Amino acid sequence: MTELTALTLTDAVEGLRTKRFSAEEITRAHLEAMEGARTLNAFTVETPDRALEMARASDARIARGEGGPLEGAPLGVKDLFSTEGVETTAGSRILQGFKPPYESTVTANLWRDGAVMLGKLNMDEFAMGSSNETSAWGPVANPWRSRGSNASLTPGGSSGGSASAVAADLCLGATASDTGGSIRQPAAFTGTVGIKPTYGRCSRWGMVAFASSLDQAGPITRSVSDAALMLRSMSGHDPKDSTSLPVETPDFTQFVGRDVRGLRVGVPREYRVDGMPAEIEQLWEQGVAWLRDAGCEIVEVSLPHTRYALPAYYIVAPAEASSNLARYDGMRFGYRAGGGTLTEVYENTRAEGFGDEVKRRILIGTYVLSAGFYDAYYLRALKVRRRIADDFDRAWETCDALLTPSTPTAAFALGDKDADPVTMYLNDVFTVPANLAGLPGISVPAGLDANGLPLGLQLVGRALDEGTLFSLAGALEQAAAFRAKPERWWS
Amino acid sequence: MTDTLIQGRTGPWEIVLGLEVHAQVASRAKLFSGAAVGFGAGPNAQVSTVDAGFPGMLPVLNRFCVEQAVKTGLGLNAQIHRTSRFDRKNYFYPDLPQGYQISQLYHPIVGEGALEVERDDGSTFTVGIERLHLEQDAGKSIHDMDPHSTYVDLNRSGTALMEIVSRPDMRSAEDAAAYVRTLRTLLRALGTCDGDMEKGNLRADVNVSVRRPGEGLGTRCEIKNVNSFRFIMQAIEYEARRQVEILEDGGKITQETRLFDPGRGETRSMRSKEEAHDYRYFPDPDLLPLVLEEAWIEEIRASLPELPAARRRRFAEQYGLTAYDAGVLTAEDERAAYFERAAGGRNAKLVANWTVNDLLGRLSAEDRGIAESPIPPETLGELVGLIEEGTISSKIAKTVFEKLWAGEGSAREVVEREGLVQVSDTGALEAAVDKLIAANPDKAEAVKSKPQAIGWFVGQVMKETGGKANPAVVNALLRARLGID
Repeated sequence: MTELTALTLTDAVEGLRTKRFSAEEITRAHLEAMEGARTLNAFTVETPDRALEMARASDARIARGEGGPLEGAPLGVKDLFSTEGVETTAGSRILQGFKPPYESTVTANLWRDGAVMLGKLNMDEFAMGSSNETSAWGPVANPWRSRGSNASLTPGGSSGGSASAVAADLCLGATASDTGGSIRQPAAFTGTVGIKPTYGRCSRWGMVAFASSLDQAGPITRSVSDAALMLRSMSGHDPKDSTSLPVETPDFTQFVGRDVRGLRVGVPREYRVDGMPAEIEQLWEQGVAWLRDAGCEIVEVSLPHTRYALPAYYIVAPAEASSNLARYDGMRFGYRAGGGTLTEVYENTRAEGFGDEVKRRILIGTYVLSAGFYDAYYLRALKVRRRIADDFDRAWETCDALLTPSTPTAAFALGDKDADPVTMYLNDVFTVPANLAGLPGISVPAGLDANGLPLGLQLVGRALDEGTLFSLAGALEQAAAFRAKPERWWS
Repeated sequence: MTDTLIQGRTGPWEIVLGLEVHAQVASRAKLFSGAAVGFGAGPNAQVSTVDAGFPGMLPVLNRFCVEQAVKTGLGLNAQIHRTSRFDRKNYFYPDLPQGYQISQLYHPIVGEGALEVERDDGSTFTVGIERLHLEQDAGKSIHDMDPHSTYVDLNRSGTALMEIVSRPDMRSAEDAAAYVRTLRTLLRALGTCDGDMEKGNLRADVNVSVRRPGEGLGTRCEIKNVNSFRFIMQAIEYEARRQVEILEDGGKITQETRLFDPGRGETRSMRSKEEAHDYRYFPDPDLLPLVLEEAWIEEIRASLPELPAARRRRFAEQYGLTAYDAGVLTAEDERAAYFERAAGGRNAKLVANWTVNDLLGRLSAEDRGIAESPIPPETLGELVGLIEEGTISSKIAKTVFEKLWAGEGSAREVVEREGLVQVSDTGALEAAVDKLIAANPDKAEAVKSKPQAIGWFVGQVMKETGGKANPAVVNALLRARLGID
């Protein structure tokens, strides 16, 4: 049965369509794999009954010759997405026991296309974190370990559960979300593919909000084609989200494998940051060489405001979060602590319900929005954001996409960056600019470092030009021929 | 009306007033959730997961509410901003489920405008409008149902409000009330707010300050949620007095928010400085800037009904009405429509008298609106027509009016059935006049030197004929017989 869990999403859907195996079979294989991999702590909720029920319904549709583009494919769902009747906590104690009476648009789109839900995936609390250590339900372990070491490594964050589950063959693909790199960084740390599409491509309706102007859903998968297939189903205009773009969804799968000759790929010189390991630098050069060999034209570009991206991000995102998280007051749903007065109930509920990182960001956000500081922090950050978007616009005059490393390091050990939140924040240095500008970015596994840990390369494209990214990512994937798998130490 | 100064111990003071009126948009759905809006539904029966602030729920702007705001802005002769934005006003309270209110602080949908306000005496003054913006209402906290708990009803949460902010252009409690009354009339004429103050659909926050005549603006206090004309006036009068007393005692006014207590007729401080909120306003990232197309604004402009001020002027000109009658008849759409139907082809001034004095007087005594009038406009017009053509006298008309009120038929039917037709037949009246003169020779003699005494003879003839004689005919006959020119 294990080979069923090792299939790519694309192959699995094809196998289901041609009835080489049933949805129930492949679902059972995944449920077994999940059971055997609980040490990874990737799932917060397993929904085997629902999975089997959905799988049988898929088999019935396949038997009738119906079936959608993801018919019978078992997927995992990041716990940020509301799932009707299934506990949705966004990794937070404050939402403990919360079962939404609604289904998020993104997951509803997946079920509409025939996918099967295996369960909910662990994540950093409210998607705030880059290591999955801020989850109220404990950190997720990366299936990858340094060669010769038993130390637990982070799968990255905040979509650590999604990345870990996909890398460990616990699901064919998983939904994830990316506010500052939360899809691309964990994908890079686990040898998986992760794409954050253009802001507004996927509806945010039913997705627990972190920072509304930056949050964007996307898939984590084991191949570029899989990402294209899954994103196609997740995308689409949703009138229930005012920021959802009223555009048609292209068939992204058609772009994978396309000729990339003549495409101009920009290499931003500002991304050569101090202290970047030589291995990352080499991988980047390797990536440039692969694309040049594939017929791309390589151009050096400048994004002069890059160094202001991280500070601006850590003002805008906490500011929005401080307001978005005000609704968790213990009054209507989720966790509620006792207290003698209304203020005490608020204080106790939020003190006990939120973890340290969430509290830190609420405090930062409250501070930067407060009277007397608004202009100096929030307004200035918005101006920086505009400049960063302008940088990209200028770059598009000379290139069609950018190639950068996905992260400045490979996966690090759990507990490694606990002491100083700023070193943790630095992990997002390459991914944050695309969020600030609303642009699509994809991370593709490109090789292993000296310790045998995966490294990723990132492509960033024009707004709504995921197609070009898929073509280039396909070329990188082919050239890198990344086939490595983590050793199954967990089962 | 001109002397609006308050006399203090140390001299006169001028009151300066500005109002923030919250008008609930007459919409069947909320501003951002599509949930129903209504009065009297069971607690929390009209709440969507958006209004209750559930995780992942997002606001979607209601186009109809935007249209009502634009319409109101046009009615206020105000600038309509082609681009506006929604901001979040952040604070914690159980009846504010999201932890923020979506409002428009920085870029309101409507900018500067003006409203011409009419006082009871028909004189007018202009109040500058600073802005109109759209915002959500909060839910309702109910503190008196249980000694230990507060109950929360979220039905109102998310309902669309238009906040209409005036310039500090009013100088007396009466003028402030007249402003709210005129604004209410305008909103009702536009159909953008039903103006029902009892249900809280129209509420005012009043900014009060005092100063020595001719000096700069004083420090103001804001009195929250005053929801009747009477309370607006009471609150202003109390608050102005309070401020004058503090200033005359050598004190200073603290800028603060105060609450009007209708039971005690006084205002009191709502929150201290330490509790002052920092609302941390910032643009709502869940909503895009609101961009209006010029063509759509023009479409709305073209659809505007005749507005009360214009109608008032037209009534005065077209029908020759007094400013007062024109004001009363245009205060409500239904009144104006009633009058125009009744006045068709008649003596409009007479119709106006009957509508304002008799009909509206009677309706108001019974606490009814003109829509509930038992006398249809055509019938009232017919009644006036009978007076005009001399069929009945004004006095008889009062009797007929009572019968019409009781629903006894059309005016002509009543007059004919009851035999109330005025006697203009000279022959019948001549006999009565001759008989009267013959019976009172000394009075007939006296009237020749004192012609105004003819009234006694007219009165006697009217009495004799049961009020049905045509007084003009009687008068002419008497003059001829008595030899008065």
